[in-house]
Amino acid sequence: MKVFVCIKQVPDTETKIKLKADQSGIDTTGIKWIMNPYDEYAVEEALKLREAGQCASVHVLSLGPKARVVETLRTALAMGADEATVIDGPEDLDASATSKALAAAIKAEGEFKLVLTGKLAIDDNNSAVSQMLAEHLHIPHASVVSKMSVSAASVLCEREVEGGTREVIELAVPALVAANKGLNLPRYASLPGIMKAKKKVIKEIAFASLDISPQESHYKFVAFQLPPDKPSVKMLAGDAKQQAEQLVSLLRNEAKVI
Amino acid sequence: MSTIMIFAEFTNTQLKKSTLELLTAARKSNLKIQAIAVGPGAKNMLAALGQNGVEQVFVSDSEVFARYNSEVFSNAFAEVIKAQSPKFLLASSTMMARDLFPRLAAKIKAGVVSDCTELSFSGDSAKIRKPLYSGKCSAEVQFVSSGTQIILMRSNQLPIEASQKAGAASMSEIVAPKTDLKTLVKEIVKATSNKLDLTEASIIVSGGRGMKDAENFKLLNELADTLGATVGASRAVVDAGWVPHSMQVGQTGKTVAPVLYIACGISGAIQHLAGMSGSKVIVAINKDANAPIFQKATYGIVGDVFEILPLLNAEFKKILQH
Repeated sequence: MKVFVCIKQVPDTETKIKLKADQSGIDTTGIKWIMNPYDEYAVEEALKLREAGQCASVHVLSLGPKARVVETLRTALAMGADEATVIDGPEDLDASATSKALAAAIKAEGEFKLVLTGKLAIDDNNSAVSQMLAEHLHIPHASVVSKMSVSAASVLCEREVEGGTREVIELAVPALVAANKGLNLPRYASLPGIMKAKKKVIKEIAFASLDISPQESHYKFVAFQLPPDKPSVKMLAGDAKQQAEQLVSLLRNEAKVI
Repeated sequence: MSTIMIFAEFTNTQLKKSTLELLTAARKSNLKIQAIAVGPGAKNMLAALGQNGVEQVFVSDSEVFARYNSEVFSNAFAEVIKAQSPKFLLASSTMMARDLFPRLAAKIKAGVVSDCTELSFSGDSAKIRKPLYSGKCSAEVQFVSSGTQIILMRSNQLPIEASQKAGAASMSEIVAPKTDLKTLVKEIVKATSNKLDLTEASIIVSGGRGMKDAENFKLLNELADTLGATVGASRAVVDAGWVPHSMQVGQTGKTVAPVLYIACGISGAIQHLAGMSGSKVIVAINKDANAPIFQKATYGIVGDVFEILPLLNAEFKKILQH
């Protein structure tokens, strides 16, 4: 059976964010786009499952403006994924519309054993699409998963909860698992992999064809702002003892945080 | 649609600080305040919730809610929220909330936005701001649908004001729906410390490559014990295997916003700075005067962490014991 992996294209973590003049969004000129780092763990895990004979093929999906998003799908194909689908849509959809669209694309493909995702995307840090997608597909989910093992009827997941505590949960398959760092070490695309990926056909679905009504979106982001400038740093002089004394005094009397 | 519902969290017999923050914000609206409280001890919270302006509490002290299970919680909460259809549902953006509320939102066709840092009410409308790209910028969240909107707030962002409203909140029992579960919690592996999660901590002591060795994190642990702080780390030391990923602060770790962040031996890669720049006061201790961390810091010390940390710990002990 199949494993689906949902991936998102995000600005590289090194990116310096600039805003559009009217503050309606970020200025995307010159941004280097990468696969969301947590999604790399999801792709790697799917490839390992296929190599272990626990699934027949790996199908990657991504939603966003086709022209740039296909690049990230090619990266996943070059890592070893079998098939790819792009849902060509606007970049500012909220989690509800995004998860509906992904669910529709997955349902159209038929049966599957697992859906893998990253635990969150590092752009909006919302961590919502995975859980919403699981609900739309009527399957159980586990998020923030750093260890998993798959058997015929279930998947055993170790996930992080508050304060570094971990829990082990068992999900009946089909299920959705959202990957955390530590799940595996994602492979780099090999040169033959890259050559092969170039020849693969990426399926296309127009977001507009999915019949998702505008009411499926609940919010949009407006009035973007850069963080306020911090007042410049106060450097503390003297020897180590004096520095320590000054710092404690400033934290208590000036900043009033101790 | 004239109510606001709070997901109330508590420890032993007290409402959590993050819940009091949400209640303080909710009292500024003209909406009737309701709350959901579940788990053993939940019914002991009625008086405190009433005092804080809550009129009605949906409550269960059943053992079923003693441990989080996404299916059990989302099914039970969906019943309550569908019946009440509050205009807003507020919860703090904990790891559990971030797992639960999106699933619940999809079930009841609600909107959900997590990790918000600004929230204010006027009348029956809410103004919300959320950091994006790990705080490299932020945006206002504008609701465009008429359903319930679920807002998950980062802790330590809102003031707490005391409230002495008369009368306990009225109580409605939540019943956990009986379903064949596809999700089973098999085992809990407790963390060795009982510290707050990084995302909830009001003080964080964080270490980077300048700590030289995993062993030296004991200096940070000692300082954290004195301050009641949680220990964090940079990506470099997590990748080196000195500490687990649950301690990583930054764009591929946790985004934190404590009142005080003490960065020890962290040079300040852009991803790390993004993850901690929401901190109110930032202290940087580093031997390299040109380290980028100093550009974000409130107070900077150029020096040897191994020399400074024990002295600092002794100084803090002096004033905190008085």
